[in-house]
Amino acid sequence: MLYIFCPHCGSRSQNEFAYGGDATVKRPELNKEISDQEWNNFVYLRKSPRGKHLELWHHISGCRQWIKVERDTSTHEIFKTYKADELTE
Amino acid sequence: MQKYSVFSLIKNAFSDHQNWEVAWKDPTPKKEYDVIIIGGGGHGLATAYYLAKEHNITNVAIIEKGWIGGGNVGRNTTIIRSNYMHDDNALFSEFGMDLWRKMSQDLNYNVMFSPRGIINLAHSDAQMNAYSRRGNSMRLNGIDAVLLNREEVQKRIPMADFSDNVRFPIFGGLMQPSAGTARHDAVAWGYARQADSMGVDIIQNCEVTGFDVTNGKIVGIRTSRGDIKAKKVGLCVAGSTNILAEMLNMTLPIETHLLQACVSEPVKPLLDHVVTFGAGHFYCSQSDKGEMVMGGDLDGYNSYSQRGNLPTLQHVLTEGIAMFPFLSKLKMLRTWGGIMDMSMDGSPIIDKTHIDGLYLNCGWCYGGFKATPASGWTFAHTIAQDRVHELNAGYSLNRFNTGDLIDEKGLGTKTWIS
Repeated sequence: MLYIFCPHCGSRSQNEFAYGGDATVKRPELNKEISDQEWNNFVYLRKSPRGKHLELWHHISGCRQWIKVERDTSTHEIFKTYKADELTE
Repeated sequence: MQKYSVFSLIKNAFSDHQNWEVAWKDPTPKKEYDVIIIGGGGHGLATAYYLAKEHNITNVAIIEKGWIGGGNVGRNTTIIRSNYMHDDNALFSEFGMDLWRKMSQDLNYNVMFSPRGIINLAHSDAQMNAYSRRGNSMRLNGIDAVLLNREEVQKRIPMADFSDNVRFPIFGGLMQPSAGTARHDAVAWGYARQADSMGVDIIQNCEVTGFDVTNGKIVGIRTSRGDIKAKKVGLCVAGSTNILAEMLNMTLPIETHLLQACVSEPVKPLLDHVVTFGAGHFYCSQSDKGEMVMGGDLDGYNSYSQRGNLPTLQHVLTEGIAMFPFLSKLKMLRTWGGIMDMSMDGSPIIDKTHIDGLYLNCGWCYGGFKATPASGWTFAHTIAQDRVHELNAGYSLNRFNTGDLIDEKGLGTKTWIS
């Protein structure tokens, strides 16, 4: 069982959260020409690192806020959590 | 190589089975190979075997970080099927079914292929319609498919929950009678033994630490047991694909996720088929030892740890009990996990890469085991001929860029959303 510290609610079990994937992926800017390659990078390509991974979680059965979680993908250790709009280190 | 037969069994019985030849050797890596396959799992071993058998390329090494049969080929739930709707998947898998049927004779190794049939349960009229469509597509591709109504399902699996007061009543199901199971370890060992006998070096406990690429062409790999030169290199490493891709500065449409499986204590034979629950992710079959073999959902977040967590297991078994209430009376014997290379459209990739002489085989999601022979056969062809075979032409790496996805179920890495 993972315990995730929600910056809004405190420490909660993973059962309250839904996973949202890699938080470092950036949507291409609107109002400019976007190549197929840029869409491909945004929609499909993922680094999926072993080790530290910054990811989105949705506190769906709690405050319903999206948060960012820095977690190790091989040990599941959670280093730090951030609000969705908070700048990460 | 010593041929396995009833005569060799009797002969060796006289010497207390002390004089059997080793099934494969433990060689030191040579300085150079024509082809290096990274990953000594089912797909890697099958690739090396078909390189030697079909293409006469025997100066081949398999580089395995752990040991043969220790990865997903020994961690899956042994299901073999070709019940796909899309042509690319259907033709590829049905080609594989033929290889499965001949495998024990071909490898001179009993892989215990057991075509016991798979039943996908339907729990609504809409699902029956979808299965009828899928079944018709399968039959058009020459694959056996039978649409079962509720009574026909009940005759085959009377222990399922057919009571009136259930959340997901069984409306019927789609059956592929020729699908089944095989002994997964035997598949790995059988391929390893034959590949070894044809001259392939199986190098275990050897971790790849880097690649040598010159002018856009692969020239060798770096490993924990020294540098090895190679004209061609094939990646066949399932859940570890992204780790190697990072060394090559490649970003792939793959995320690594954890999938768990479990077996119950053994009970007397009661389940003749492989059965999947249609209202969630759960499937079940009974092993020859009598254990109920079960699996279901991904843990749901990127993971490289080969062990899972209990909330997912609890969720999966809740579905299991909804389908087969008797499961609640059984004790769990073992649970384990394996790391899956989840592709973004749920279909695999067998292709060349932008690096000359580097070939990629990944993205098997849940379906790696059944694909073992067809994956090895087509990957061997792709490596040997430096071009894809028509069977794996749809499994291109570029399809995500061009939009030619093979979205069999419209599921990629986020399978839990459905």
